[in-house]
Amino acid sequence: MNFKLIAKRLSFLVLVIWAASTIVFFVPRLSPRNALRERFAELARSGGFAPGDIEKLITNMNQQFGLDKPLLEQYWTYLGNIIRMDFGYSLNRYPATVTDIISQALPWTFFLLLFTTILSFIIGNLLGAISAWPKSPRWLRGIATPFVLLTGVPPVIMGVLLLFFIGFRLKLLPLGGPYSIGIVPNWSWDFAVDVLRHQMLPALALVLGSVGGWVLSMRGMGVTIQGEDYVNFAEHKGLTGGRIFRDYYLRNTLLPQVTGLALALGTLVTSALVVEQLFGLPGLGQVLNNAIRSNDFPVIYGIVLFITIAIAVLMAVLEFIYPLLDPRVRNQ
Amino acid sequence: MNLATTENASSRNAAAAGASPILRVQDLVVTYYTDLGRARALDGVSFTLEAGMKMGMVGESGSGKSTLALAMMRMIKPPGRIEGGHVWVGGTDLQSLDDEGMRKARLSKIAYIPQGAMNSLNPVTRIGEQMVDAIKSHLSGESRQAINDRCVWALKSVDLDPGVFHMYAHELSGGMKQRVCIAIGILLRPEVIIADEPTSALDVVTQRQVMETIDKVQDELNSAVILIGHDMGLMAQTMDRVAVMYAGRLVEVATVREMFTDPKHPYSQALISSLPTLDNRGQFKGIPGLAPSLLRLPSGCAFHPRCPLASDRSRSEKPKVNVLPGGRLVACHIYDQES
Repeated sequence: MNFKLIAKRLSFLVLVIWAASTIVFFVPRLSPRNALRERFAELARSGGFAPGDIEKLITNMNQQFGLDKPLLEQYWTYLGNIIRMDFGYSLNRYPATVTDIISQALPWTFFLLLFTTILSFIIGNLLGAISAWPKSPRWLRGIATPFVLLTGVPPVIMGVLLLFFIGFRLKLLPLGGPYSIGIVPNWSWDFAVDVLRHQMLPALALVLGSVGGWVLSMRGMGVTIQGEDYVNFAEHKGLTGGRIFRDYYLRNTLLPQVTGLALALGTLVTSALVVEQLFGLPGLGQVLNNAIRSNDFPVIYGIVLFITIAIAVLMAVLEFIYPLLDPRVRNQ
Repeated sequence: MNLATTENASSRNAAAAGASPILRVQDLVVTYYTDLGRARALDGVSFTLEAGMKMGMVGESGSGKSTLALAMMRMIKPPGRIEGGHVWVGGTDLQSLDDEGMRKARLSKIAYIPQGAMNSLNPVTRIGEQMVDAIKSHLSGESRQAINDRCVWALKSVDLDPGVFHMYAHELSGGMKQRVCIAIGILLRPEVIIADEPTSALDVVTQRQVMETIDKVQDELNSAVILIGHDMGLMAQTMDRVAVMYAGRLVEVATVREMFTDPKHPYSQALISSLPTLDNRGQFKGIPGLAPSLLRLPSGCAFHPRCPLASDRSRSEKPKVNVLPGGRLVACHIYDQES
């Protein structure tokens, strides 16, 4: 891979992040709502304030958050803060910064997403590849079908069904929460097992919801590739079926799936946020939901911006991996 | 037509005539079971070929040339089925081997050089890997050095730089890709090489180079070569023997010289006289009518609706293969007395 390509891709990445942060900055400022005023109005309802106090407080806070300065100046300060990954303070949990809140919630979301994405990518693509391969045993091909049928079920509905049958009726796995109530987080084996048990159902809901999509696209791709001349010639060469499947068929069918993975990341994050909420996990989804309910604007923008940047970076990483998988794009 | 090479070919033909055949195909029958009905793609094809001989296989599209090649490799895919016949390579009957035995026989006894060389190489692995995996799946005990030597030898045999070993398919030209396919085909020194239109996607200069390459490796290995194609000029220049197929049957097999100067079967006669010559410019003689559908073959001789010499017998009775003096094969009722 050449330097020019890397530079081009990185500058595109910067452009995406800049555009996202600009939109996040200006769109809420078009709204007539004033987060500070709403917050203090709520406080004032509980009483104990003189009529002028609220206005003074608001002026004070505006000064502190720099909201009294001209819009353009605010924008420049804001961009500078973004570069330092400083999204400001939470209104609701002041003096906690948005970065603090995100970094506390992030591990839950990150590991859930990492695990389910990798698992459904592997299972889905393998099943799809097998079901399109003419020489696979019939029973193995049949496994793919139920997963395809489940594609239409949104992960949230899937989560509710899993909660009801596996959690509530069969009582096999806990109903929700990050870990059992009463346990103090520590670095013990028991705690790790407890956390994993709590992660099982949300992970299952996400995996079941996305495997079918991979199966379908992989099967479509596989049908094309298994008829390619090089797969035929590999058989003429007298290679064993396993080697043809792995080196000639699977390697070529996987190429577009890697692109698909980059495109699917956005959807995956969204469904993870909702599913997390359903299972009461303290991840980004819950933080975002709480922030929206309490008009905690800096947190909302921080999370939206953070997710945008994360997806943009991941897509760039995938794009750098792609030439390693396909030599044909290496020289372009 | 190049008379000099034709003569050269027939003298070689005479020299090889005494040798026992390395390839014997007997009564090969292939049927495709389609939704529209049964299509008999090969209808009892029999022929023999000696080591060091080159046989060209010509015929219209759908006459069964490629099906014959695939049937010999036992690579007919459903809905097609090999329904009978034998293919002997050396002393082995390929039809009697189990699947694993047939897998091992491919490339080591009988090699196939594919039609679409443009797409016949895996785009994501290096040429070398595709040569090495072919060797390893047949000779598991071969040392790394021996495998490497074998690849270098094969690449040099087809006039490619050994550096191609480290390249990818997209870095090669069409002619180079075709030669890589030939190099892969000869890796295990097969006794029989089938080349399915190896030159159809190439320009004439590259065609000639590829044919010379096939010629050269054949001299080195002394294998029997079957070349499938439409290009009669190419056949005349490079082959020893020509076989004409029509509607899944072999209608005539003769030496190149006999075929081009004195074709016996009415279809071969029509085919040869349809070739443009330098003398009658701009005048082309086609063969009237269309090739028959394999789903509804005419009764008797499949060629009879288009045949100027057709008799009542042609319409009712399938002609058997007559062996004429000199070993020529003709499947036509006209020659029933002569054989």
